Parts: sequence; structure tokens; C-alpha cells
Amino acid sequence: MTDVEAATIGRTRGGTAASSPALASHFHDLRQQHAAADLGLWIFLATEILFFGGLFAAYLVYAVLYPDGFLEAAAETEVVIGTINTALLLTSGLSAALAVKAAGNDMRRSVMLLIAVTIGLGVVFLGAKGYEYWLDFGHHLYPTSPDFPLAAPPAKLFWSLYWMMTGLHAIHILVGLGTWGVILFQAWRRSFSLTDNSRVRIAGLYWGFVDLMWLFIWPLLYLMGRAT
Amino acid sequence: MGEVEIVLPAASSAAVSTDGKLLGLLVISGLITLLVASLIGLFAVRYRRGSKASRDRLPNWFARDLETVWTLATVGLFVAIFAWAASQDFALAVPPANSVEIHVVGKQWMWKAEHPSGQREINELHVPAEETVELVLNSQDVIHSFYVPAFRLKQDVVPGHTTRMRFHTEKIGTYRLFCAEYCGTQHSAMIGRVVVMAKEDYADWLTRQPEGDDLQEDGKKLFVAKGCAGCHYGSSKVRAPRLAGVYGSQVPLSDGRMITADDEYIRDSILQPKRDVVAGFEPIMPSFAGALSEGELVSLTAYIRSLAETETAR
Amino acid sequence: MSDIPYRDVDVEGEKPGWRIMEESYLGERFSIWSWLTTTDHKRIGILYLISTTLFFFIGGAAATLIRLELFTPAGDLLTDDGYNKVFTLHGVVMVWFFLVPVIPSVLGNFLVPLMLGAKDLAFPRLNLMSWYLNIIGGAFAVWAMLAGGVDTGWTFYTPYSTAFANSHVSLTAIGVFISGFSTIATGVNMIVTVHTMRPPGMGWFRMPLFVWSIYATSLIMLLSTPVLAMVLTLLITERLLGLGIFDPNRGGDPILFQHLFWFYSHPAVYIMILPGMGVVTEVITCFSRRRVFGYAAMVYALLAIAVIGFFVWGHHMFTSGQSMYASLTFSFLSFIVAVPSAIKVFNWIATMFRGQITFEASMLYAMGFVGLFTMGGLTGLFLASVPVDLHLHDTYFVVAHFHYIMVGGMVSAFFAGLHFWWPKITGRLYPEIAAQIAALLMFFGFNLTFFPQYILGNIGMPRRYHAYPDAFQVWHVLSSAGAVILAAAYLMPLFYLVWSLIWGKRAPSNPWRASGLEWQTDSPPPKHNFLTNPKIEGSVYDYHPAQEPRREVSDD
Repeated sequence: MTDVEAATIGRTRGGTAASSPALASHFHDLRQQHAAADLGLWIFLATEILFFGGLFAAYLVYAVLYPDGFLEAAAETEVVIGTINTALLLTSGLSAALAVKAAGNDMRRSVMLLIAVTIGLGVVFLGAKGYEYWLDFGHHLYPTSPDFPLAAPPAKLFWSLYWMMTGLHAIHILVGLGTWGVILFQAWRRSFSLTDNSRVRIAGLYWGFVDLMWLFIWPLLYLMGRAT
Repeated sequence: MGEVEIVLPAASSAAVSTDGKLLGLLVISGLITLLVASLIGLFAVRYRRGSKASRDRLPNWFARDLETVWTLATVGLFVAIFAWAASQDFALAVPPANSVEIHVVGKQWMWKAEHPSGQREINELHVPAEETVELVLNSQDVIHSFYVPAFRLKQDVVPGHTTRMRFHTEKIGTYRLFCAEYCGTQHSAMIGRVVVMAKEDYADWLTRQPEGDDLQEDGKKLFVAKGCAGCHYGSSKVRAPRLAGVYGSQVPLSDGRMITADDEYIRDSILQPKRDVVAGFEPIMPSFAGALSEGELVSLTAYIRSLAETETAR
Repeated sequence: MSDIPYRDVDVEGEKPGWRIMEESYLGERFSIWSWLTTTDHKRIGILYLISTTLFFFIGGAAATLIRLELFTPAGDLLTDDGYNKVFTLHGVVMVWFFLVPVIPSVLGNFLVPLMLGAKDLAFPRLNLMSWYLNIIGGAFAVWAMLAGGVDTGWTFYTPYSTAFANSHVSLTAIGVFISGFSTIATGVNMIVTVHTMRPPGMGWFRMPLFVWSIYATSLIMLLSTPVLAMVLTLLITERLLGLGIFDPNRGGDPILFQHLFWFYSHPAVYIMILPGMGVVTEVITCFSRRRVFGYAAMVYALLAIAVIGFFVWGHHMFTSGQSMYASLTFSFLSFIVAVPSAIKVFNWIATMFRGQITFEASMLYAMGFVGLFTMGGLTGLFLASVPVDLHLHDTYFVVAHFHYIMVGGMVSAFFAGLHFWWPKITGRLYPEIAAQIAALLMFFGFNLTFFPQYILGNIGMPRRYHAYPDAFQVWHVLSSAGAVILAAAYLMPLFYLVWSLIWGKRAPSNPWRASGLEWQTDSPPPKHNFLTNPKIEGSVYDYHPAQEPRREVSDD
């Protein structure tokens, strides 16, 4: 059901609700609707944390079992690209947060600009990530490679986990970029009210989560091997 | 239709004490089930709609106290059962002074056993009665589980791990052996029997077995054939630790740790040589994972163990 | 038992049946499209009812094949490979496409908004999406079956599933993975609905216990399903891309898989049973006409199970070679998690005390549930004590234990709920006598099928065996005979419930004189659930003495 349809039903049924077109018919008022949307996304993020948690658990178990193999393997990651990517993602987190703030003040042009910046940074992040993958391939750093350069079996475990972690994270970035793209388009078409509708805030929360996950991945995969 | 079986023979000391626990649990849970069923039945009849039984309200304190009482009673009962059952684990955890050690390898879909003096059998295991037997279990492919119902024991056999199963045999007889962990197409054919024999019969049986090379001899041949001797032998040019006397000793590792050279360590050193490198040596040994079958690993380990024994004997 | 008084509640003042039907959520002119794009929680509940019924019969067909094969000791009906595929199919379909969604997604979907006096769940479109994800996931599983099947068992243990099985493991795992998202979507929806859409006047501790049970279930769904998703992702990538997380030849550890898998799958057991407990609570209070005994204790018990249930997974691994201390810790926690279940059993029984009990089919199912769940729970204690588990692990004792919980418990509860709310869902009354016969038949058929399996396990018959020694045959024959009765008992409701849709008597809005907001609206409910806002007065379980049924013989 689109928001418009929902609002029509809401009106014809003579609900007590305020008549914002953003209000879905089964909610009493916008406050209830926003509370539901926020809580829903927070809970979803909790499931995401557990999803990545399974992977981090596997990483930690093996890192404790094979400390040397993991350090050796971790030294092969592209630390420069990884660090640049961290900076890119953190900056995009800032612009996303500002977009959420601007949406609360109904500043449509600023929102559009900030979302565009966020998308731009995200795309650059993915580009750098792709280049890094290309380099990794060139170095045969994938576990099924016949010329895998590291001898210790745990190194293959590390690189399995590397591909899983960064790959899943990249998929999340892609989903985030898609979401921002749709919202940017809708903001441009003025198809929703920035203040009555919580979708910019929802997208901002999700983007914040994706940032946060990277902040765990970065030290585990890139920095650990450089500690010694 | 075969003979109906209800009572399993108890052929190990664990079986006797497990049966005690089983019976205790059966009585307790039987009584609770009876209580629940008869209360449901009683209330269903007595308080059927329109019956003459009293429906007076109960005082409020009664409900609250009742709740507390049965909560505490259940906690107490369950913790007591736990403690009673756990006591058996502690009793079994004490390793016995001496035991017969038999190596068992599980593979799709058979059990292979090798006795200390080299006798081999497939899907059968002969053990002496009144003796503590320790099985050293390895898997060549997937997870299996060595299950002897008459012993009330099972132990998963996990690839990449060495697991152990210890039992004290009591009753002479022939018992079923199953694989209890689903292991693929012919899982249900991975069965055999365990024969518990009087000690003298067991000794007799050992001598009657076809003259197989014993484990150490086998291992010795492999030691040469697989190229181990090339480095780990006195005259070798490559620097590798000599193995005589290693087994059972404390070995210093390159990262400063100390490790006891037991079966597990020797096995790991063959399969993952770079994990625990002996202090003073370069990590140059290649991994033999995939190059040796589980049976061959067992033989090699036995040979390396024998090197230590001859050392001390001298 | 022939006296079923609550049927003839007076219908004066109720609208004529055709008006109610026309205004109801079923009233629109039927079109497939309107059903497939609906965001109405009631219609989605019906969609789920249809899909889970379908999966139940697919899983049931597999169960039939298993019981037929085990009738004789030799593996004569199916090949060994065929048998392995059949029991895998049975497990996968029953666990993920029947037991997990059945009560939360059918009854929960239909009833939670009604019980809260709300117009819908918080996220109606997400709700529809969850059904599609469930269907797509199921389609993958069925596709895998048609393409040749899977033979790993529903537990997908590595390294068999990653390096040795030549069957369609990835396809099935993808199906389960997708259905996991459906579970998560349902869980998010339920939690947000309960948090944000309770009506004024209904505080947390005045909610119906069914809603509480769905809430606790959703918590478990949200916290455990992602871990399953991750472990399946690792499994699939290990098979397809050659990553070696669980491969012992590359330093990986197959035991890690078991830890991650059971971290999901043990809580998943509670995903399957908690909603059943909620249903049974509603049914027992209604037909005993008593306020539920110890409401707060019931709530805390649900939450305690949900929380402690996360810390007992290791009791599936006593034989895996884990350290004795780990085993003992898990054993202790497993005994502790049994306490809240016991509390619930006692509370149900105490609720019947001094009631005005009648024996409608739902009540028979609910009483059966309490008995069978007690047996299933108590045999769980056998498996929780380490030395006994070393004997019984992976034998038919385990099979009997979890079927007592899942089939004796959960399926009975589902049938109790389905009969209880059938008049509300469809606006029709089902034939009571037939339903009572089916309920009794199910109880006896179930016990005949699964009780012998306790004995089988105790004399050492391992699970997942295609052929077995002759000595076990007697018990297998009994079990197979019971399965025939059980199958009949499951087919009966299918016939008379469908019959009632066309020829059944029209149901009044509250045929059982039950309390609870869902009974304050028409049967079937109008599109937006309530034409006038429902009244929330007193507790949801005000049966006694204020709402005593009329025509009551006064005796005190």
C-alpha cells in the first residue's frame, strides 16, 4: 500500500489521526508511526550485529588458535587502501548524519546535496575496494588459488575470512547506496514530506551501522598484521 | 522377527553406573508424569462443568506461596539430579594406572582397529575383560561416532581431532558396535561387534591373528618410505630435530612455549609442521596432510613413541 | 461431553450473517491477485496457513516413507541413499517451513493485532514480504528435492556437508537461508507491534499470554536466526567458492560449525514451542473458565526460557570431545532451563483447579499438550545429564524426545489453536464430535508411534539408520502402526475443516464466551478489525466469577 492510498483509507474511515499523507492507516498518529519505524530498524540492526557476530566469532576462535599464521597472513592486506577507505566511510557517515539533521529541519536542497555526497563517497569506497580485490587476485591471495603465496594452512583461513567479511560488508554498502539513491530520487521528485516521513533517518541509521561494522573489520584485517 | 530385546546387557563399569542414573531418572520422571496425568484427570472429572464440587475462591496468599513452593522444589530437584549425574563424570575423569591402548580409525563406512602389537581388524574389536581399555580415535573423512550400547558409551570421531574413549570392561560377551553420527550413504552399514574375552582368551586370540607387522615396524618402514628419515636421521645434512627420546619429553618451542610431546603433538607436527616449531630449527618441514592415511599416521606415531622407549630402556 | 453449551449463545442483536461476511476481510469478491498483494495481516495469516499446511503434508509424506521403510529390518523399500534423502527432507521441511512459522505466522499474524485492538501489524508490507520469502525458501528446498535431494540430515554437519556430500546441499541451504529472513521479518514485526501498538489501558502485564509468547518467540528469532544465516553462508561459500572455514585439512574445525549451528538451533527449539505454550494458556483458561493461575509467573517463565535457552547449546555436543567442564556447565544450565517449563505445567494444571471445565476439541488438544510436553520435557532431563546422554545421544531416544516436544507439544498446540480460533478466522463452526474424535485419535496415535522409540533408543538403536538389527523390529512395527493412526488423525481435520467452510454453521462473534479483544469483533473480523473501538476492562482473563457463563447451575 502506498502512503497516498493509506492516507485515503485513513480519511474515509474517519480516523482520529492527523491528516498527514505520510501516516499509514493502521497507526494513530505520526509519533507512533515514527516510533515503530525507529524501533523496527534498531531491531533489524541488532540482527545484523549477530549476523556479523558469527563471522567475528569464527575469526577470533582461529586467531587465538593460530596467532602466528594469522599475523603473517594479515600482513599481506593492502593497508593503505584499507585506511583510505576507512576515512572515506567515516566522512560519508558525517554527511549522512548531516542529511538526517537537515531533513528534520525540512531543508530539501541540503538533504539532496548531502545524500549525493554520501553516495559519492560510498561509490569511491567501492571503487577502491574493487581495485584492492584486483590487487589481491594478482597476488593469488584467494584460498583456492594454486599459487597461494603463504605456506601455513591458517593463512588460507584468514583469507577465507577476509573475503567473507569484506564481501558481505560490500554487499551492505551496495544496499545502502541503493537506498540512498531511491531516497535522493524521491526527494528530488518531492514525493514525500521530509519532516513527516522517517525514511531519511532510517537510511541514516542503516548507513551508520555499515560504518560501524567497517570500524571492526579494519583493525582485524588491516591493522593486526602491522602490530609487530 | 527377531528376539524381542528390552534389557541391554551392562558390559562396562560405566554401564552399571549409567544404568543406575537411568533408573533413577526413570522413577523420578515417571512419578512426575503420573502426578501431572492424575491431576489433569482428577480436575477434569471433579471440576467438569456443572459438577457439585466447591468453587470457592482461594485466598491470594495461597496462590503466591504455592508458586514459590513448586518453583523452589523444581529447582532443588533438578539441581540434585544434576549433581548426582555429574558425580559420575568426576569419577570417570581420573585416568587409570595402566590401560590397553587400541587405535581405531573411522572411515566411510568401516571401523579399523589396530592393537598395540599390530593385529588389525575391521568392524570388530576384541578386548580383554576386567581391564581398562583406552581407544584412540581418528577419522579419515567425516565425523563418525563410536557407539557400544552395552558399554553405554559413545565418542564422536572428528577429523582433525584425536579423541579418546575409556572404558573398563566387565562382562564377557559379544556386543553391538554402531556408528551413531550420521556419516553418509551407508551410515547404517557402519556397524560391527565388540568381543569382550577373558584375559587369557584375549592373549590367545592375539597370537592366533595373522602375523601382521606390528605398528612400530610398520611405522619404521613408513619413516623411510615417506622420506621422514631423510631429515630426521642422525647423518642427515638438513637440520631437523632428532626424534629419539622425544616422545613424552618437554619440548621447547621457537616462540618460547614448552609443549609435551604426546600423540597429539606428533600428529600435529606431521600435519601442520609450522604450527609448533621446535626452538632452534627453521620451519622448513612440508605438511604431510593428505599424504598419509589415518592408519599410517597411527603407525608413524607408534614408531616415534617406540624410539623414546628404547632410549629409556638403554 | 455431548453437552456443548457455549455454541448456543444468543445471536440476537448480531447482524445477519451475510452482512458480517460482506464487511469482513473475506468479503471482497475473490481474486487471486487481491490475495497475493494483500497487506492485511489476517489474509497473510491465511496465506501462511495454506503454505504451512502444504509443507506439513510434504514433510508428512516423507515421514510416512520413513515409517514404511522401518517396518522391516532390511532396507528394502528405499535405497540407503533414498532413505537418507527422505529423512533430510522431512527434517528440513518440518523444522523450517512448518514448525518455525506455523504458530507465529499463522495464528500470531492473525491474532496479535486483534488481541491488541490494533488495525494491523506495524509493518504490513514487510509482513507480506516475509510470506514471499518463506515461499521462495520453501521452493528452493522443494526444488532441491526434485533435482535429486539432499542427504546431509537437517543439521548439515561439516565436513560431510561441505566436502563429501554430492547432493544439492547448497540449494537447500540457500532455501533455509532465505526463509531465515522471513523469520526475522516476522520477528521484527511482532516486537515492534507489541511495543508501539498496544492500546491505552493495556499495560505489559495485562497483555494476553499468547501475545507474550509471540513476543518472547520473536526475541529468540531475532537473536538466533542471524547466526544460522551466517553459518549457512559459510557453508555455502565453502562448497561453492572453496573457502575452508570448517575444513580440517586447511586448519579449519568442524566442531566450530556445531557450535554456531546449535547456537541457533537450540534456541530454535524454543521458537517452536513457546508459541504453543501461549495457545495452550488461552485455551485452558477459556475452557476452565478460570483466570490463568500465576499470570506473572507465566510471563517470567516465558522470558526465562527465552534467555537461558541461549546458553544451553553445548548439550548437543557432549560426545563431541568437548571438555568435561564445558559439558557440565551446559548440563547444569540445561537443568535450569527446564525449571520455567515445569512452572508453566504446574500453572496450567492449577488453572483447571476449581474451574468449570468443558471438553471441546481445543481443550482436549491442550490437555494432551500438557501431558505430552511434560513427558518430552522430562526425557530432556535424561539427555541433559552427561553420563546418560553418552548412552542416549543420537539414538531413537532423542528422536522420541524431540517428537514429544515438537509433535506431541507443538502440533497439538497448533491444532488446539486452529480449532479454538477457527470460528473467528472463517466465521464457521466446525463439527465438534468429529474434532473430538480426531483429538483423541491423535493422542493415542502419537503415543503409539513415539513411545516405542524411547525403548528403542534405550536398547541402543541409533538415529538415521536405514536398516537395523532384527532385535529392534518389534518396536519399529509398533511405531509404524501408530503412525498409521496418526496419519488418519491428521487427515481428519483437513476434511472436516474444509467441509465446515461450506456447510458449517455460522459462528457468532464469541462462540466460546471467551474473554480477549479478538472475541469482541465479528466472526470473521471486518477488514480493519474493529468497527467500534474495543473495550479494555479488567484483566484479559476475567472469567471468574464476573463472566460466568449463563445457564450455569449455581452450586455455591
